[in-house]
Amino acid sequence: MKRPRPAGGTRRTLLPRSLPRGLRARLVVAFLLVAAVSALTTAALTYREARTAILQRSQDTAIQDLRGQVNSLAPDLAVPPTREDLEEFARQLDRSGRARDWDVDVRYEGVADHVRSWRRPVDVPEELRESVEKRHVTAFQRVADRNGDPWLLIGMPVLQSQEGNRKASPLSVYAQLPLRAEEANVEALVSAAQNGALPVLALAVVPALLAARGVLRPVRGLRQAAGRIAEGKLETRLEVKGSDELADLSRTFNDMAAKLEESVADLRRMEANARRFAADVSHELRTPLAAMSAVTDVLDEDADALDPDTASAVRLISQETGKLARMVEDLMEVSRFDAGAAALHLDEVDVAETIRKTLQARAWQDRVGTELPDGVRARLDPRRLDVVVANLVGNALHHGGEPVRVLLRAPEPGDGRLVIRIVDSGPGIDPEVLPHVFDRFYKADSARARSEGSGLGLAIAMENVRLHGGTIEAANCPEGGAVFTVELPMPEQGAGGGTEPPEASEAAGEPVDAAERTESGADDGGTRLAKAPADGPRGRGPAAPAGKADQT
Amino acid sequence: MPRVLLIEDDAAVRDGVSLALRRRGHEVTAAASGEDGLDLLPAFRPDIVLLDLMLPGKDGFEVCRRIRADRQLPIIMLTARGDDLDVVLGLEAGADDYIVKPARGEVLEARIRAVLRRTALPADGTAGPAEPGPAPVETYGELAVDRAGLVVTKGGADLPLAPSEMKLLLFLSATPGQVFSRQQLLEHVWEHSYHGDARLVDACVMRLRNKIEDTPRSPRYVQTVRGFGYRFGPL
Repeated sequence: MKRPRPAGGTRRTLLPRSLPRGLRARLVVAFLLVAAVSALTTAALTYREARTAILQRSQDTAIQDLRGQVNSLAPDLAVPPTREDLEEFARQLDRSGRARDWDVDVRYEGVADHVRSWRRPVDVPEELRESVEKRHVTAFQRVADRNGDPWLLIGMPVLQSQEGNRKASPLSVYAQLPLRAEEANVEALVSAAQNGALPVLALAVVPALLAARGVLRPVRGLRQAAGRIAEGKLETRLEVKGSDELADLSRTFNDMAAKLEESVADLRRMEANARRFAADVSHELRTPLAAMSAVTDVLDEDADALDPDTASAVRLISQETGKLARMVEDLMEVSRFDAGAAALHLDEVDVAETIRKTLQARAWQDRVGTELPDGVRARLDPRRLDVVVANLVGNALHHGGEPVRVLLRAPEPGDGRLVIRIVDSGPGIDPEVLPHVFDRFYKADSARARSEGSGLGLAIAMENVRLHGGTIEAANCPEGGAVFTVELPMPEQGAGGGTEPPEASEAAGEPVDAAERTESGADDGGTRLAKAPADGPRGRGPAAPAGKADQT
Repeated sequence: MPRVLLIEDDAAVRDGVSLALRRRGHEVTAAASGEDGLDLLPAFRPDIVLLDLMLPGKDGFEVCRRIRADRQLPIIMLTARGDDLDVVLGLEAGADDYIVKPARGEVLEARIRAVLRRTALPADGTAGPAEPGPAPVETYGELAVDRAGLVVTKGGADLPLAPSEMKLLLFLSATPGQVFSRQQLLEHVWEHSYHGDARLVDACVMRLRNKIEDTPRSPRYVQTVRGFGYRFGPL
């Protein structure tokens, strides 16, 4: 019953549902086969037995009758008989067998053959003749005449009894009688078997379908339930009916779902706790940092007037306070992404101008080369784009090598993607590191105790790009140096923003009602949570494909 | 010598910010709660209020609304950037700007100076010297704008505009009909150095419309140009 599978292993896609494949068809076919085999076997055995019995009986009675007749008539035959005697003898036998409708031929050795013609000529086979006339035993054989009708041929030697012992005589009697009636009986049996088989098969379909339904309904329920579990509806349970294997399966499925739900709930709780902890810690750190940051420039200003050691200590504190503040800010940002509370504030901006301002604000405009075509306008969140570009350029300056270049490619008409590339001239990224560059706190160089930044810059860049519905990739140029490619979707102007990420908030320049705006982005944790598993481990989304090193 | 009222519940932040501002020549009075701050207002008569949003008792939004109810002095909120909702609510309560904690002393200083700068720059961004003599009062429909006296009236009645609202209106009406993006407005009116928060502009436009427009939902004076930004008029 194994069917060749369609190539590619695709199920149900190549064939419409209506084609009989699967459990139901298999069960029905199996039932039909079983029914057919049993019906045929029964019919065959019955036929054989019945046929044998019918033919046996007619043979036996025919032979007995003939023998009786011969025994009663033969003694009157003159010895040796003339042809007329023999004909008379045969006629008498014929008459006596009128009821049987047999044809009798009598032969006497020495008297010429062809005494009379058979009414329905059937050739007497040589072997029969031999058995009768040479070995002097009664023999019979079923033969078919030229029309294919079956006949029973009986050959019977007539024995002479002299003084108590029997010996062969030259007389032998041949009779043939039609077996059409018996044949008809047997044929009736066959057609009865045939006619019975079809209804049997038709009837077998009913229990087959019932059985199939009994099996399939739980199986279908199981499939649907598994699908719902896969969709994340872990509260799905099956109704357990009865106590068969399928009920056991349902019970096991329910146990599995319960365990799964429990562990996922545990994991979610733990994850939520961890996130909340990170957010709380950052939040708590912010207050002392606010106090410290406010006075760092006081320290910087007065450091020159202090003795050198104290001055160094004071400058160190000031500097590290700044770093700590940046790190806490990044941590806050990350925990906002994790909580799904990061909102996009889209605005229509000139991308080149936005990137130039990013570089100016950090005094990088002289260190970084640019190819920024004017007139590329896009709807995006300028603050977040600033963070993306600043983090990527900062990363290139610190960990790559100068010169660093920022390239903007205007979207081709029809291809709604804006591409920004940040290329450095450093040694490139180690292929082993490449898949992890967007991980949080990932240290490419374990010898490096602490990076310039917080260790979160690239992770934050990636989250910001993703919030826009775009992608970010890290790769190495063939001629050396790393290249980071940001692609942002650019919905067609006036197309209703169908490709905008769901977090997008108010339209440019048109403030919405406060009541509406409070909802923007702060409550889509559900959708983001649901997406998170599909992204794999956090921080390693589809934006960082491993081993794409052949990019330019 | 700008006089700064700092309302902040955390003692260390209070001391740190006070110290930083004093070093820069401000006269600072600090209050540990909203109620204390409101009590200090009449006697101290500050030029500007630095207001922490997370306060015990009366929170920052409430304090902000109470101050706005009868005064148009500049208010800067101290906030965490992440509390998006806080920013929006604070701006709607009438704050002129906000500072993300933790902030360096120079950032505090720059924001305070920007809010206190009373002259609206011309559209080309160059601050011209103050012209001698009384500037004529410009009228647009029912609005009368006295640039020198910083008074805006509608139908003869004074409109109580907060500093950021006033600056925004003066800036936009200096070149009626010209469209400014929200980023441009942030730079010129709020003097945010880069990629500030466009919600400042939106919230301020909304508050301004509520004061100057007959029907804020279909504005005459401050109009939205979808996809680009805002412009004044044309009437």
